Amino acid sequence: MEWLNTLLQGVLLGGLYAMFAVGLSLMFGIMRLVNIAHGDFIVLASYLALMVVNHLGFSPLASLLIVVPLMFCFGYLLQRLLLNRTLGTDILPPLLVTFGLSIIVQNVLLEFFSADSQKLSQGDLEVASVGIGNLSVGVMPLIVFGSALLIIGGLQLLFYKTSLGRAFRATSDDQHTARLMGVNNAHIFGLAMALAMAVVSIAGVFLAIRTSFDPTVGPARLLYGFEAVIIGGLGSLWGTLAGGVILGVAQTLGAKIDPGWQILAGHLVFLLILVVRPRGLFPRSVD
Amino acid sequence: MLTIEKLCAGYGDFQALFDISLTLEAGETVAIIGSNGAGKSTFLRSLAGLIKNQPSAITFKGQAIGDMAANQVLERGIALVPEGRKLFPSLSVEENLLIGAYSKRPGPWTLKRIYQLFPVLETLRKRPGTALSGGQQQMVAIGRGLMANPHLLLCDEISLGLAPTTIKDIYAALPSIKADGTTVILVEQDINQALSVCDRFYCFQEGRVSLTGRPGDADKAHIKAAYFGI
Repeated sequence: MEWLNTLLQGVLLGGLYAMFAVGLSLMFGIMRLVNIAHGDFIVLASYLALMVVNHLGFSPLASLLIVVPLMFCFGYLLQRLLLNRTLGTDILPPLLVTFGLSIIVQNVLLEFFSADSQKLSQGDLEVASVGIGNLSVGVMPLIVFGSALLIIGGLQLLFYKTSLGRAFRATSDDQHTARLMGVNNAHIFGLAMALAMAVVSIAGVFLAIRTSFDPTVGPARLLYGFEAVIIGGLGSLWGTLAGGVILGVAQTLGAKIDPGWQILAGHLVFLLILVVRPRGLFPRSVD
Repeated sequence: MLTIEKLCAGYGDFQALFDISLTLEAGETVAIIGSNGAGKSTFLRSLAGLIKNQPSAITFKGQAIGDMAANQVLERGIALVPEGRKLFPSLSVEENLLIGAYSKRPGPWTLKRIYQLFPVLETLRKRPGTALSGGQQQMVAIGRGLMANPHLLLCDEISLGLAPTTIKDIYAALPSIKADGTTVILVEQDINQALSVCDRFYCFQEGRVSLTGRPGDADKAHIKAAYFGI
Protein backbone atom coordinates (compact mmCIF):
# COMPACT_ATOMS: atom_id res chain seq x y z
CA MET A 1 0.00 0.00 0.00
CA GLU A 2 2.89 2.31 0.82
CA TRP A 3 4.34 1.78 -2.67
CA LEU A 4 0.95 2.41 -4.26
CA ASN A 5 0.73 5.66 -2.32
CA THR A 6 4.22 6.63 -3.56
CA LEU A 7 3.19 5.83 -7.11
CA LEU A 8 0.07 7.97 -6.80
CA GLN A 9 2.05 10.88 -5.35
CA GLY A 10 4.42 10.57 -8.30
CA VAL A 11 1.56 10.68 -10.80
CA LEU A 12 0.14 13.80 -9.14
CA LEU A 13 3.56 15.47 -9.04
CA GLY A 14 3.75 14.70 -12.77
CA GLY A 15 0.85 17.10 -13.29
CA LEU A 16 3.01 19.98 -12.05
CA TYR A 17 5.94 18.89 -14.21
CA ALA A 18 3.61 18.65 -17.20
CA MET A 19 2.60 22.25 -16.57
CA PHE A 20 6.28 23.26 -16.49
CA ALA A 21 6.67 21.46 -19.79
CA VAL A 22 3.55 22.53 -21.72
CA GLY A 23 4.86 26.05 -22.30
CA LEU A 24 8.17 24.69 -23.60
CA SER A 25 6.31 22.28 -25.84
CA LEU A 26 4.14 25.08 -27.25
CA MET A 27 7.09 27.35 -27.92
CA PHE A 28 9.16 24.68 -29.58
CA GLY A 29 6.24 23.14 -31.44
CA ILE A 30 5.03 26.36 -33.03
CA MET A 31 8.13 28.55 -33.26
CA ARG A 32 11.03 26.11 -32.91
CA LEU A 33 12.07 28.36 -30.02
CA VAL A 34 14.04 26.83 -27.16
CA ASN A 35 13.45 29.11 -24.18
CA ILE A 36 16.29 28.85 -21.67
CA ALA A 37 14.56 31.40 -19.42
CA HIS A 38 11.42 29.24 -19.07
CA GLY A 39 12.20 28.15 -15.50
CA ASP A 40 12.94 31.73 -14.50
CA PHE A 41 9.59 32.86 -15.91
CA ILE A 42 7.94 30.21 -13.71
CA VAL A 43 9.70 31.71 -10.70
CA LEU A 44 8.84 35.23 -11.90
CA ALA A 45 5.16 34.18 -11.85
CA SER A 46 5.65 32.84 -8.31
CA TYR A 47 6.98 36.22 -7.19
CA LEU A 48 4.18 38.07 -8.98
CA ALA A 49 1.72 35.90 -7.06
CA LEU A 50 3.63 36.65 -3.85
CA MET A 51 3.22 40.39 -4.50
CA VAL A 52 -0.49 40.03 -5.22
CA VAL A 53 -0.96 37.95 -2.08
CA ASN A 54 1.06 40.31 0.13
CA HIS A 55 -0.23 43.63 -1.21
CA LEU A 56 -3.79 42.91 -2.27
CA GLY A 57 -4.62 40.28 0.30
CA PHE A 58 -5.65 37.66 -2.27
CA SER A 59 -5.28 33.95 -1.54
CA PRO A 60 -2.59 32.27 -3.73
CA LEU A 61 -5.18 30.53 -5.92
CA ALA A 62 -7.18 33.78 -6.31
CA SER A 63 -3.95 35.56 -7.32
CA LEU A 64 -4.18 33.60 -10.57
CA LEU A 65 -6.92 36.02 -11.63
CA ILE A 66 -4.27 38.76 -11.81
CA VAL A 67 -1.08 36.79 -12.50
CA VAL A 68 -2.39 34.86 -15.52
CA PRO A 69 -3.55 37.91 -17.53
CA LEU A 70 -0.37 39.80 -16.58
CA MET A 71 1.89 36.98 -17.73
CA PHE A 72 -0.24 36.51 -20.89
CA CYS A 73 0.35 40.16 -21.84
CA PHE A 74 4.00 39.95 -20.81
CA GLY A 75 4.47 36.89 -23.05
CA TYR A 76 2.84 38.56 -26.05
CA LEU A 77 4.91 41.71 -25.72
CA LEU A 78 8.13 39.77 -25.07
CA GLN A 79 7.61 37.80 -28.26
CA ARG A 80 6.55 40.72 -30.44
CA LEU A 81 9.16 43.20 -29.20
CA LEU A 82 12.15 40.93 -28.62
CA LEU A 83 12.02 37.23 -29.43
CA ASN A 84 10.49 37.53 -32.92
CA ARG A 85 13.62 39.44 -33.91
CA THR A 86 15.78 36.48 -32.95
CA LEU A 87 13.87 33.84 -34.94
CA GLY A 88 15.21 32.68 -38.27
CA THR A 89 17.05 29.79 -39.80
CA ASP A 90 19.71 29.89 -37.08
CA ILE A 91 18.63 28.38 -33.72
CA LEU A 92 21.46 30.07 -31.81
CA PRO A 93 20.17 33.69 -31.43
CA PRO A 94 17.00 32.75 -29.46
CA LEU A 95 19.07 30.42 -27.28
CA LEU A 96 21.53 33.20 -26.45
CA VAL A 97 18.86 35.85 -25.91
CA THR A 98 16.76 33.65 -23.61
CA PHE A 99 19.93 32.63 -21.75
CA GLY A 100 20.55 36.35 -21.21
CA LEU A 101 16.94 36.83 -20.11
CA SER A 102 17.39 34.01 -17.60
CA ILE A 103 20.31 35.83 -15.98
CA ILE A 104 18.45 39.16 -16.04
CA VAL A 105 15.28 37.72 -14.45
CA GLN A 106 17.25 35.94 -11.71
CA ASN A 107 19.20 39.08 -10.84
CA VAL A 108 16.22 41.42 -10.93
CA LEU A 109 14.34 39.05 -8.57
CA LEU A 110 17.41 38.89 -6.33
CA GLU A 111 17.59 42.69 -6.27
CA PHE A 112 13.94 43.21 -5.37
CA PHE A 113 13.17 40.15 -3.22
CA SER A 114 16.60 39.11 -1.82
CA ALA A 115 17.84 35.52 -1.77
CA ASP A 116 15.48 34.56 1.07
CA SER A 117 13.24 31.58 0.45
CA GLN A 118 9.56 32.38 0.08
CA LYS A 119 6.43 30.26 0.11
CA LEU A 120 2.76 30.88 -0.51
CA SER A 121 0.30 29.45 1.98
CA GLN A 122 -3.09 28.25 0.82
CA GLY A 123 -4.18 27.59 4.40
CA ASP A 124 -6.20 24.49 5.23
CA LEU A 125 -6.40 23.42 1.60
CA GLU A 126 -2.71 22.52 1.68
CA VAL A 127 -3.24 19.87 4.35
CA ALA A 128 -6.72 18.76 3.31
CA SER A 129 -7.00 15.23 1.94
CA VAL A 130 -9.57 12.85 0.55
CA GLY A 131 -9.69 9.11 1.01
CA ILE A 132 -9.47 6.91 -2.06
CA GLY A 133 -9.83 3.32 -0.85
CA ASN A 134 -7.23 2.88 1.81
CA LEU A 135 -5.18 5.77 0.48
CA SER A 136 -5.32 9.35 1.60
CA VAL A 137 -4.66 11.83 -1.20
CA GLY A 138 -3.91 15.54 -0.74
CA VAL A 139 -6.51 17.88 -2.20
CA MET A 140 -3.90 20.35 -3.46
CA PRO A 141 -2.00 17.75 -5.54
CA LEU A 142 -5.36 16.66 -6.97
CA ILE A 143 -6.17 20.27 -7.89
CA VAL A 144 -2.76 20.61 -9.54
CA PHE A 145 -3.17 17.40 -11.54
CA GLY A 146 -6.76 18.29 -12.47
CA SER A 147 -5.57 21.71 -13.64
CA ALA A 148 -2.91 20.07 -15.82
CA LEU A 149 -5.58 17.85 -17.40
CA LEU A 150 -7.85 20.84 -17.98
CA ILE A 151 -5.05 22.95 -19.46
CA ILE A 152 -3.87 20.22 -21.83
CA GLY A 153 -7.44 19.27 -22.76
CA GLY A 154 -8.24 22.94 -23.37
CA LEU A 155 -5.16 23.43 -25.51
CA GLN A 156 -6.02 20.29 -27.52
CA LEU A 157 -9.49 21.72 -28.18
CA LEU A 158 -7.96 25.06 -29.17
CA PHE A 159 -5.48 23.38 -31.51
CA TYR A 160 -7.85 20.95 -33.21
CA LYS A 161 -11.25 22.66 -33.12
CA THR A 162 -10.61 26.33 -33.80
CA SER A 163 -9.41 28.49 -36.66
CA LEU A 164 -6.64 29.88 -34.45
CA GLY A 165 -5.52 26.33 -33.63
CA ARG A 166 -5.32 25.48 -37.33
CA ALA A 167 -3.21 28.59 -37.82
CA PHE A 168 -0.89 27.46 -34.99
CA ARG A 169 -0.49 24.01 -36.57
CA ALA A 170 -0.07 25.37 -40.10
CA THR A 171 2.57 27.83 -38.89
CA SER A 172 4.30 24.99 -37.09
CA ASP A 173 4.37 22.99 -40.35
CA ASP A 174 5.48 25.74 -42.71
CA GLN A 175 5.46 29.37 -41.65
CA HIS A 176 6.08 30.77 -45.14
CA THR A 177 3.10 28.96 -46.67
CA ALA A 178 0.99 29.83 -43.61
CA ARG A 179 1.65 33.48 -44.38
CA LEU A 180 0.21 32.90 -47.87
CA MET A 181 -3.04 31.89 -46.11
CA GLY A 182 -3.19 35.31 -44.46
CA VAL A 183 -1.64 34.19 -41.18
CA ASN A 184 0.39 36.94 -39.53
CA ASN A 185 3.29 34.92 -38.13
CA ALA A 186 4.48 37.64 -35.76
CA HIS A 187 1.02 37.78 -34.15
CA ILE A 188 0.66 33.99 -34.06
CA PHE A 189 4.07 33.66 -32.38
CA GLY A 190 3.05 36.36 -29.91
CA LEU A 191 -0.13 34.47 -29.04
CA ALA A 192 1.80 31.21 -28.68
CA MET A 193 4.19 32.83 -26.22
CA ALA A 194 1.28 34.49 -24.41
CA LEU A 195 -0.46 31.12 -24.02
CA ALA A 196 2.78 29.53 -22.85
CA MET A 197 3.21 32.29 -20.27
CA ALA A 198 -0.38 31.88 -19.06
CA VAL A 199 0.36 28.19 -18.38
CA VAL A 200 3.71 29.16 -16.84
CA SER A 201 1.93 31.49 -14.42
CA ILE A 202 -0.40 28.70 -13.22
CA ALA A 203 2.61 26.40 -12.80
CA GLY A 204 4.45 29.16 -10.93
CA VAL A 205 1.61 29.67 -8.43
CA PHE A 206 1.23 25.92 -7.84
CA LEU A 207 5.00 25.63 -7.39
CA ALA A 208 4.95 28.44 -4.83
CA ILE A 209 2.15 26.73 -2.88
CA ARG A 210 3.85 23.32 -3.01
CA THR A 211 7.38 24.27 -2.07
CA SER A 212 9.61 27.15 -1.09
CA PHE A 213 11.24 29.17 -3.86
CA ASP A 214 13.96 31.75 -4.33
CA PRO A 215 15.29 33.60 -7.38
CA THR A 216 17.72 30.81 -8.32
CA VAL A 217 15.38 27.80 -8.51
CA GLY A 218 14.29 28.48 -12.11
CA PRO A 219 16.95 26.48 -14.00
CA ALA A 220 16.03 23.26 -12.14
CA ARG A 221 12.35 23.75 -13.17
CA LEU A 222 13.54 24.30 -16.74
CA LEU A 223 15.38 21.00 -16.56
CA TYR A 224 12.30 19.12 -15.32
CA GLY A 225 10.25 20.77 -18.05
CA PHE A 226 12.74 19.79 -20.73
CA GLU A 227 12.88 16.24 -19.45
CA ALA A 228 9.08 15.91 -19.47
CA VAL A 229 8.85 17.33 -23.03
CA ILE A 230 11.57 15.05 -24.35
CA ILE A 231 10.26 11.94 -22.59
CA GLY A 232 6.78 12.62 -24.00
CA GLY A 233 7.97 13.50 -27.50
CA LEU A 234 8.40 16.98 -28.93
CA GLY A 235 5.21 18.68 -30.06
CA SER A 236 2.75 16.29 -28.39
CA LEU A 237 0.75 17.80 -25.52
CA TRP A 238 -0.65 14.54 -24.10
CA GLY A 239 2.85 13.11 -24.51
CA THR A 240 4.10 16.00 -22.38
CA LEU A 241 1.65 15.01 -19.64
CA ALA A 242 2.87 11.40 -19.88
CA GLY A 243 6.46 12.69 -19.71
CA GLY A 244 5.67 14.72 -16.61
CA VAL A 245 3.99 11.74 -14.95
CA ILE A 246 6.90 9.40 -15.75
CA LEU A 247 9.35 11.94 -14.36
CA GLY A 248 7.25 12.51 -11.24
CA VAL A 249 6.85 8.77 -10.60
CA ALA A 250 10.58 8.18 -11.14
CA GLN A 251 11.43 10.91 -8.66
CA THR A 252 9.03 9.77 -5.93
CA LEU A 253 10.01 6.12 -6.35
CA GLY A 254 13.68 7.14 -6.22
CA ALA A 255 13.03 9.14 -3.06
CA LYS A 256 11.19 6.16 -1.56
CA ILE A 257 14.22 3.94 -2.04
CA ASP A 258 16.61 6.59 -0.73
CA PRO A 259 15.74 10.27 -0.14
CA GLY A 260 19.00 11.29 -1.85
CA TRP A 261 17.98 9.53 -5.06
CA GLN A 262 14.92 11.63 -5.87
CA ILE A 263 16.43 13.92 -8.51
CA LEU A 264 18.93 11.33 -9.73
CA ALA A 265 16.19 8.74 -10.38
CA GLY A 266 14.32 11.26 -12.56
CA HIS A 267 17.44 12.04 -14.60
CA LEU A 268 18.28 8.34 -14.99
CA VAL A 269 14.81 7.50 -16.33
CA PHE A 270 15.09 10.48 -18.69
CA LEU A 271 18.45 9.25 -19.98
CA LEU A 272 17.15 5.71 -20.33
CA ILE A 273 14.18 6.85 -22.44
CA LEU A 274 16.49 9.05 -24.50
CA VAL A 275 18.63 6.00 -25.29
CA VAL A 276 15.72 3.69 -26.08
CA ARG A 277 13.46 6.20 -27.86
CA PRO A 278 15.45 9.31 -28.85
CA ARG A 279 12.30 11.01 -30.24
CA GLY A 280 10.38 10.41 -27.00
CA LEU A 281 7.42 8.14 -26.33
CA PHE A 282 4.77 9.95 -28.37
CA PRO A 283 6.55 12.05 -31.00
CA ARG A 284 4.51 14.08 -33.43
CA SER A 285 4.33 12.09 -36.66
CA VAL A 286 5.27 15.11 -38.77
CA ASP A 287 8.72 16.63 -38.27
CA MET B 1 -7.04 45.75 -61.84
CA LEU B 2 -3.33 44.91 -61.66
CA THR B 3 -0.54 47.07 -63.00
CA ILE B 4 3.08 46.05 -62.83
CA GLU B 5 5.58 48.75 -63.60
CA LYS B 6 9.26 47.99 -64.10
CA LEU B 7 9.33 45.15 -61.58
CA CYS B 8 12.83 43.96 -60.69
CA ALA B 9 13.22 41.08 -58.25
CA GLY B 10 15.65 38.43 -57.18
CA TYR B 11 17.26 36.55 -54.35
CA GLY B 12 20.15 38.29 -52.60
CA ASP B 13 22.68 39.29 -55.25
CA PHE B 14 20.96 37.26 -57.94
CA GLN B 15 18.51 39.25 -60.05
CA ALA B 16 15.82 37.08 -61.63
CA LEU B 17 13.46 39.71 -63.07
CA PHE B 18 14.38 42.81 -65.09
CA ASP B 19 11.90 45.67 -65.60
CA ILE B 20 8.79 43.56 -66.03
CA SER B 21 5.75 45.68 -66.94
CA LEU B 22 2.28 44.32 -67.59
CA THR B 23 -1.37 45.01 -66.92
CA LEU B 24 -4.26 42.74 -66.13
CA GLU B 25 -7.99 43.42 -66.41
CA ALA B 26 -10.59 41.93 -64.07
CA GLY B 27 -11.90 38.55 -65.20
CA GLU B 28 -8.98 37.81 -67.52
CA THR B 29 -6.96 34.61 -67.52
CA VAL B 30 -3.36 35.36 -68.33
CA ALA B 31 -0.70 32.73 -68.85
CA ILE B 32 2.97 33.30 -68.07
CA ILE B 33 5.01 30.82 -70.06
CA GLY B 34 8.72 30.28 -70.23
CA SER B 35 11.42 27.70 -69.74
CA ASN B 36 13.05 26.74 -66.46
CA GLY B 37 14.76 29.71 -64.82
CA ALA B 38 12.91 32.29 -66.91
CA GLY B 39 11.68 34.04 -63.75
CA LYS B 40 8.03 32.90 -63.83
CA SER B 41 7.86 31.68 -60.24
CA THR B 42 9.85 34.67 -58.99
CA PHE B 43 7.25 36.85 -60.69
CA LEU B 44 4.38 35.10 -58.89
CA ARG B 45 6.26 35.13 -55.58
CA SER B 46 6.72 38.90 -55.97
CA LEU B 47 3.01 39.38 -56.64
CA ALA B 48 2.11 37.23 -53.60
CA GLY B 49 4.31 39.25 -51.25
CA LEU B 50 6.95 36.58 -50.70
CA ILE B 51 9.59 38.83 -52.26
CA LYS B 52 9.54 42.50 -51.30
CA ASN B 53 9.78 45.15 -54.01
CA GLN B 54 9.37 48.87 -54.45
CA PRO B 55 5.80 49.69 -53.31
CA SER B 56 4.83 51.24 -56.65
CA ALA B 57 6.16 48.33 -58.73
CA ILE B 58 2.88 46.48 -58.17
CA THR B 59 -0.47 48.31 -58.05
CA PHE B 60 -3.58 46.28 -57.31
CA LYS B 61 -7.01 47.91 -57.42
CA GLY B 62 -5.37 51.32 -57.19
CA GLN B 63 -3.22 50.48 -54.17
CA ALA B 64 0.58 50.11 -54.20
CA ILE B 65 1.30 46.66 -52.73
CA GLY B 66 4.86 45.95 -53.87
CA ASP B 67 6.34 46.06 -50.37
CA MET B 68 3.53 44.29 -48.53
CA ALA B 69 3.95 40.98 -46.70
CA ALA B 70 2.17 37.89 -48.03
CA ASN B 71 -0.58 38.00 -45.40
CA GLN B 72 -1.35 41.65 -46.24
CA VAL B 73 -1.40 40.87 -49.97
CA LEU B 74 -3.86 38.03 -49.34
CA GLU B 75 -6.11 40.31 -47.30
CA ARG B 76 -6.33 42.54 -50.39
CA GLY B 77 -7.48 39.61 -52.52
CA ILE B 78 -4.45 37.96 -54.14
CA ALA B 79 -4.01 34.24 -53.36
CA LEU B 80 -1.17 32.01 -54.52
CA VAL B 81 -1.39 28.30 -55.29
CA PRO B 82 2.30 27.59 -54.77
CA GLU B 83 4.51 25.37 -56.87
CA GLY B 84 4.75 21.92 -55.28
CA ARG B 85 1.32 22.38 -53.58
CA LYS B 86 2.88 22.99 -50.13
CA LEU B 87 -0.02 21.43 -48.21
CA PHE B 88 0.26 21.40 -44.42
CA PRO B 89 1.20 17.84 -43.37
CA SER B 90 -0.39 17.96 -39.92
CA LEU B 91 -3.72 19.23 -41.27
CA SER B 92 -6.42 17.04 -42.83
CA VAL B 93 -7.74 17.75 -46.32
CA GLU B 94 -10.67 19.71 -44.88
CA GLU B 95 -8.43 21.63 -42.48
CA ASN B 96 -6.09 22.47 -45.36
CA LEU B 97 -9.08 23.92 -47.18
CA LEU B 98 -10.36 25.76 -44.10
CA ILE B 99 -7.00 27.40 -43.37
CA GLY B 100 -7.37 29.00 -46.82
CA ALA B 101 -10.34 30.92 -45.38
CA TYR B 102 -8.34 32.15 -42.38
CA SER B 103 -8.57 35.78 -43.54
CA LYS B 104 -12.40 35.48 -43.60
CA ARG B 105 -12.70 37.34 -46.89
CA PRO B 106 -16.32 37.31 -48.04
CA GLY B 107 -17.15 35.72 -51.39
CA PRO B 108 -18.74 32.84 -53.23
CA TRP B 109 -16.25 30.12 -52.33
CA THR B 110 -17.20 27.90 -49.42
CA LEU B 111 -16.23 24.39 -48.38
CA LYS B 112 -19.40 23.10 -50.05
CA ARG B 113 -18.55 24.74 -53.35
CA ILE B 114 -15.00 23.40 -53.29
CA TYR B 115 -16.42 19.90 -52.80
CA GLN B 116 -18.75 20.51 -55.76
CA LEU B 117 -15.78 21.58 -57.85
CA PHE B 118 -13.62 18.62 -56.76
CA PRO B 119 -16.06 15.93 -55.50
CA VAL B 120 -13.29 13.44 -54.74
CA LEU B 121 -12.04 15.69 -51.92
CA GLU B 122 -15.24 15.30 -49.90
CA THR B 123 -14.70 11.57 -49.52
CA LEU B 124 -11.07 12.16 -48.53
CA ARG B 125 -11.72 15.12 -46.24
CA LYS B 126 -10.52 13.42 -43.04
CA ARG B 127 -7.28 12.14 -44.57
CA PRO B 128 -4.00 14.02 -44.01
CA GLY B 129 -3.53 16.41 -46.93
CA THR B 130 -0.14 14.99 -47.84
CA ALA B 131 -1.44 11.38 -47.92
CA LEU B 132 -3.29 12.06 -51.19
CA SER B 133 -2.10 11.47 -54.76
CA GLY B 134 -0.34 14.34 -56.53
CA GLY B 135 -3.43 15.29 -58.51
CA GLN B 136 -5.69 15.23 -55.46
CA GLN B 137 -3.15 17.33 -53.56
CA GLN B 138 -3.20 19.84 -56.38
CA MET B 139 -7.00 20.00 -56.11
CA VAL B 140 -6.65 20.72 -52.37
CA ALA B 141 -4.06 23.42 -53.11
CA ILE B 142 -6.34 25.11 -55.66
CA GLY B 143 -9.33 24.74 -53.33
CA ARG B 144 -7.31 26.23 -50.48
CA GLY B 145 -6.44 29.23 -52.65
CA LEU B 146 -10.10 29.69 -53.67
CA MET B 147 -11.28 29.51 -50.04
CA ALA B 148 -9.64 32.93 -49.58
CA ASN B 149 -12.20 34.25 -52.11
CA PRO B 150 -9.50 36.06 -54.07
CA HIS B 151 -10.03 38.64 -56.80
CA LEU B 152 -6.81 37.34 -58.34
CA LEU B 153 -5.68 33.71 -58.17
CA LEU B 154 -2.04 32.97 -58.94
CA CYS B 155 -1.39 29.38 -60.03
CA ASP B 156 2.23 28.26 -60.10
CA GLU B 157 2.90 25.19 -62.27
CA ILE B 158 -0.30 23.38 -61.34
CA SER B 159 0.33 20.63 -63.89
CA LEU B 160 3.91 19.90 -62.83
CA GLY B 161 4.58 16.20 -62.29
CA LEU B 162 0.98 15.13 -62.92
CA ALA B 163 -0.39 12.53 -65.34
CA PRO B 164 -2.06 13.98 -68.49
CA THR B 165 -5.52 12.75 -67.45
CA THR B 166 -5.14 14.38 -64.03
CA ILE B 167 -4.00 17.63 -65.65
CA LYS B 168 -7.14 17.52 -67.80
CA ASP B 169 -9.33 17.10 -64.69
CA ILE B 170 -7.65 20.03 -62.95
CA TYR B 171 -7.86 22.34 -65.95
CA ALA B 172 -11.53 21.37 -66.31
CA ALA B 173 -12.15 23.33 -63.08
CA LEU B 174 -10.89 26.60 -64.57
CA PRO B 175 -14.15 27.63 -66.29
CA SER B 176 -16.02 27.38 -62.95
CA ILE B 177 -13.35 29.52 -61.31
CA LYS B 178 -13.53 32.12 -64.08
CA ALA B 179 -17.33 32.08 -64.02
CA ASP B 180 -17.28 33.79 -60.64
CA GLY B 181 -15.22 36.63 -62.05
CA THR B 182 -11.97 35.49 -60.50
CA THR B 183 -8.98 36.74 -62.45
CA VAL B 184 -6.32 34.09 -62.95
CA ILE B 185 -2.60 34.19 -63.66
CA LEU B 186 -1.28 30.80 -64.73
CA VAL B 187 2.40 30.06 -64.72
CA GLU B 188 3.14 27.05 -66.90
CA GLN B 189 5.97 25.32 -68.70
CA ASP B 190 3.43 23.39 -70.77
CA ILE B 191 2.77 25.91 -73.57
CA ASN B 192 -0.11 24.05 -75.20
CA GLN B 193 -1.96 23.61 -71.91
CA ALA B 194 -1.54 27.25 -70.96
CA LEU B 195 -2.48 28.66 -74.36
CA SER B 196 -5.60 26.49 -74.54
CA VAL B 197 -7.20 28.24 -71.54
CA CYS B 198 -5.79 31.78 -71.41
CA ASP B 199 -7.10 35.04 -72.86
CA ARG B 200 -3.60 36.51 -73.19
CA PHE B 201 -0.10 35.27 -72.58
CA TYR B 202 3.30 36.65 -71.67
CA CYS B 203 6.41 34.67 -72.51
CA PHE B 204 9.36 35.18 -70.15
CA GLN B 205 12.94 34.61 -71.08
CA GLU B 206 15.85 35.22 -68.72
CA GLY B 207 13.77 37.50 -66.51
CA ARG B 208 12.36 39.65 -69.29
CA VAL B 209 9.14 39.61 -71.31
CA SER B 210 10.14 38.22 -74.70
CA LEU B 211 6.70 37.98 -76.28
CA THR B 212 3.12 38.90 -75.46
CA GLY B 213 -0.19 38.50 -77.22
CA ARG B 214 -3.33 36.46 -77.58
CA PRO B 215 -3.13 32.72 -78.15
CA GLY B 216 -4.49 33.01 -81.72
CA ASP B 217 -2.21 35.90 -82.68
CA ALA B 218 1.24 34.36 -82.41
CA ASP B 219 2.39 31.45 -84.53
CA LYS B 220 4.31 28.55 -83.09
CA ALA B 221 7.64 29.67 -84.52
CA HIS B 222 7.37 33.04 -82.77
CA ILE B 223 6.44 31.45 -79.47
CA LYS B 224 9.24 28.89 -79.79
CA ALA B 225 11.76 31.63 -80.46
CA ALA B 226 10.54 33.68 -77.49
CA TYR B 227 10.43 30.62 -75.25
CA PHE B 228 13.89 29.27 -76.00
CA GLY B 229 15.60 32.47 -77.07
CA ILE B 230 16.57 31.05 -80.46
